[in-house]
Amino acid sequence: MGWKTGKMVGLAAILAMAIPLSQPVTVMGEGIELSSLSDLYEPVIFDHDMHIEALEENCTACHHHSAGTPAEGARCLTCHANSGEADSPVCADCHVEEPFSAANLEKIKNTPNLYHQVKPGLMAAYHQNCLGCHQEIGAPVGCQDCHALTDKGEKYYNTGKYAPAPAAAGHGSGHH
Amino acid sequence: MKKINRRNFIKGSLAGGLAAAATGKATQAEAATGTFGGFPEAMGVLVDMTKCVGCRTCEAACNKEQGLPEPDKPFDDYSVFEEHRHGGLPRRTTEKAYTVVNKYEVEGREHPLFRKFQCNHCNEPGCLTSCFVNAYTKTPQGAVIYDSSVCVGCRTCMIACPFYVPAYSYSSAINPVVKKCIMCYDTRLKFGRPPACVEACPQGVMTFGKRQDLIALGHKKIENNPEKYVHHIYGEKEVGGTSWMYMSDVPFEEIGFDTHLGPQPIINHVKDFLAIVPMVLTIWPALFTGFHLLATRKKVMVEDADETGGKK
Repeated sequence: MGWKTGKMVGLAAILAMAIPLSQPVTVMGEGIELSSLSDLYEPVIFDHDMHIEALEENCTACHHHSAGTPAEGARCLTCHANSGEADSPVCADCHVEEPFSAANLEKIKNTPNLYHQVKPGLMAAYHQNCLGCHQEIGAPVGCQDCHALTDKGEKYYNTGKYAPAPAAAGHGSGHH
Repeated sequence: MKKINRRNFIKGSLAGGLAAAATGKATQAEAATGTFGGFPEAMGVLVDMTKCVGCRTCEAACNKEQGLPEPDKPFDDYSVFEEHRHGGLPRRTTEKAYTVVNKYEVEGREHPLFRKFQCNHCNEPGCLTSCFVNAYTKTPQGAVIYDSSVCVGCRTCMIACPFYVPAYSYSSAINPVVKKCIMCYDTRLKFGRPPACVEACPQGVMTFGKRQDLIALGHKKIENNPEKYVHHIYGEKEVGGTSWMYMSDVPFEEIGFDTHLGPQPIINHVKDFLAIVPMVLTIWPALFTGFHLLATRKKVMVEDADETGGKK
């Protein structure tokens, strides 16, 4: 039980997230470090340039909209067709980092709009977006292909040097 | 004044008894059709199985949050998906794992479907109603919790549960008790926070909120994406409704869900029977003793007569 609550929230909610808000996506020439969850995982270096190139500058393959253009996502358009140009294409501007914070739960509860209620948090948005595409194009999809586990991470997943003794393996799901 | 003789007395008591029985029958029928329907403010979780990728992070989160023993295999070992129990059934919950994810290969679906499984926290739990020491409690927040200290290990709840959720600590020789998911009631739900598995999920598979709101939300999702989703929220009505509910793009019966449970809570299937038990226990012994005495009365009298006659 030593592990839990406070820490878990932080860790879980921030898994793999956080292109810093202040950092524009026009960062060129170097990878963007996603390190908010570096407690359980080594930071992920996201190579934005490589993705721009690989997707032939089709920004909307990943982003609902770019800076200075209106929303283009089909779901966004159901309501935001006339909302005008978006200020920022940064994921974290709409997909909150802590979707399960008391404040956000309260906010969602009182939102009449469906898509704001089911809007994934930042971690989920990243994973759904990245994994969805990676599955389609045959890019890496294994958890540890992107997220190398730290010592704490290995403990959390009972793996690596914290893996259970093999003797015990194959016994647990039982047959009751 | 009417004279109370034996005949009138019997007639009167019979009529009274019948009336009582009829009234009893009426209230009982009412109780059997009515359902509790759950606490209005109960929380719930809506699981969108179309999003799950089977990473097992929820299993790891549950293990740490609940302080469960070391698993048999690492949580990043995906060979567990190939493990099967007797009869080819996939993994189930155990004393060491309150939640498990199982993989289903579905014909025509591009990727396998992963199904997370744990206590569904029924509105009217079969486990609770079957427990004769009242170990179980349905909290207003929606969780079905239990008090291990009063559990006598009879395992009736394991049979009563329509989802085969409660597990038993067979490993404990001294004090084996029933073990299951409590929706993180003690550490999280009580304080308005979602269970650990919900928060740890990297794919955002689970939505946490008021059960009533989640039902509306689920239906809106289906309405907005009618081609994607099966037009049913599993757990909205099953066995009187559950706090955990599921959405799928594959028919539920193909991925291990029991679609024949019906909308009645488990207790309703046995209410009629249970109401008869006290009647049988109190009336039958007296009735049949009476029959026996009547049936043997003549024989006894004849024997008595023979005895006196013989002595003469």
